[in-house]
Amino acid sequence: MEVEVCGDESAATFTFHNEDHTIGNTVRYMLNKMPETSFVGYSVPHPAEPKMNLRLQTVGPPATQVLHEALGNLYQVSEHVLKTFEAAVAKHRTEQGAPELR
Amino acid sequence: MKHVSEGGLPAHLEKQRTRMFVKNAAPEHTSTVEAASAYAASGLENSFSIERFRRDFRVEIQSLSAEEAVFDLIGIDAALANAFRRILLAEVPTMAIEKVFILNNTSMIQDEVLAHRLGLIPIRADARVFQFRGDPPDDPNEYNVISFRLQVKCTKQRSSGASPGPAVVGCAPSTAGSGASSDAGLLGSRVTSGDLEWIPQGEQEERFRDAPIAPVHDDILIAKMRPGQEIELEAWCEKGIGKTHAKWSPVCTASYRLLPEITLPKPVTGDDATTLKGMCPTNVFDIEDLAGVPTATVARPRNCTMCRECIRHPGWDERVLLTRVKDHFIFSVESTGALPPETLFQESVKVLMQKASDIATLLKDATAGQQSEP
Ligand code: SF4
Repeated sequence: MEVEVCGDESAATFTFHNEDHTIGNTVRYMLNKMPETSFVGYSVPHPAEPKMNLRLQTVGPPATQVLHEALGNLYQVSEHVLKTFEAAVAKHRTEQGAPELR
Repeated sequence: MKHVSEGGLPAHLEKQRTRMFVKNAAPEHTSTVEAASAYAASGLENSFSIERFRRDFRVEIQSLSAEEAVFDLIGIDAALANAFRRILLAEVPTMAIEKVFILNNTSMIQDEVLAHRLGLIPIRADARVFQFRGDPPDDPNEYNVISFRLQVKCTKQRSSGASPGPAVVGCAPSTAGSGASSDAGLLGSRVTSGDLEWIPQGEQEERFRDAPIAPVHDDILIAKMRPGQEIELEAWCEKGIGKTHAKWSPVCTASYRLLPEITLPKPVTGDDATTLKGMCPTNVFDIEDLAGVPTATVARPRNCTMCRECIRHPGWDERVLLTRVKDHFIFSVESTGALPPETLFQESVKVLMQKASDIATLLKDATAGQQSEP
């Protein structure tokens, strides 16, 4: 992964190698939902190039710090999805009386 | 500032925020309002908080079988739901045949086509206990390669115990069920996935005693042969992801749709109710007697495919309101058979978690490197 920080600290373009829309759009969403963000967007310059660019402009705090926070949020969200899903599966199994498949 | 989900928006704006509208001409209000400051003018904030997410997010399992799982994710955004779907399709690892060593192939089917067909056969093996071979590939060992042998030969079936004579016409045991008359009297004319024989390496036999490795289905046709033709080869399965090649995709399909919500602003009664019920091809509506009046009710909204038939005729678009709930995803995951579908979804979430933490680490390294540069 490469990180390019241009102008002042609050604006940066991050280049993610070997990543695509999967992480691009989720990180963009998490950043967009943060009050520190004033602009965020991502692009995959060419579908045959395994590369994704993320542009972030914050209202003041360093862009890398805000991106870090967004990644932390993303981790916590996934963790919670996993926990909730496992609980729902366990609940479904007891309700159906079905044994563990494997 | 109050959060927008706690109310405070005018009813019609709230509806546009949380629902998408299916109209005759086109869907409306399809996007999610994401920016944290989008409702600042109304004195409301729209930011993300993990506490709020933990409070509101729900999962409901609709059905679960060995092959397919249908479940609802409620209170999550399309950006995340779509990430899980994309990861399921392309980034949850499985095992698939990657290297084929052809010793002999006199069948009609060319070596490269045969190898490709072998690659697409789903293999019942838990990829989590195997390692990637990487690039350049590591030496093959019992932790990164599963080996199969295919050795088949097609012969004419002869009458039992008889000296060489004319071929007996009849269906050979191994071709039972083929039904094709051209296969009659032939042995081994149909090469199927069941002919693949697993050759355990090292301690694999011990490790997979409870669930021996084999193709998921035994009846996948690989090639057809005529008498005298034979195939002999060795095939190596390696761990990979669907992004590299679709043969490593662990799902037949992984898709989601938004929960349909159908409302009748004013009661639809009498003949109109019958008309409405008759219009819907998926049987969404029922007719109930409410105080002696036959009235249309929305009985099975989940059946709705949003085909818009019920709003196509003049005037009906005002009597039936078709909407979808923007944060309610009906997921359906159909596994190819290597792992149960619910496990696949759990793996996809773990992949996203891994990505988030890996990128955070890389980001730290990258910025540290940049600061130390002159
Ligand atoms: S949109 Fe189609 S499927 Fe849905 S309720 Fe109307 S007629 Fe039935």
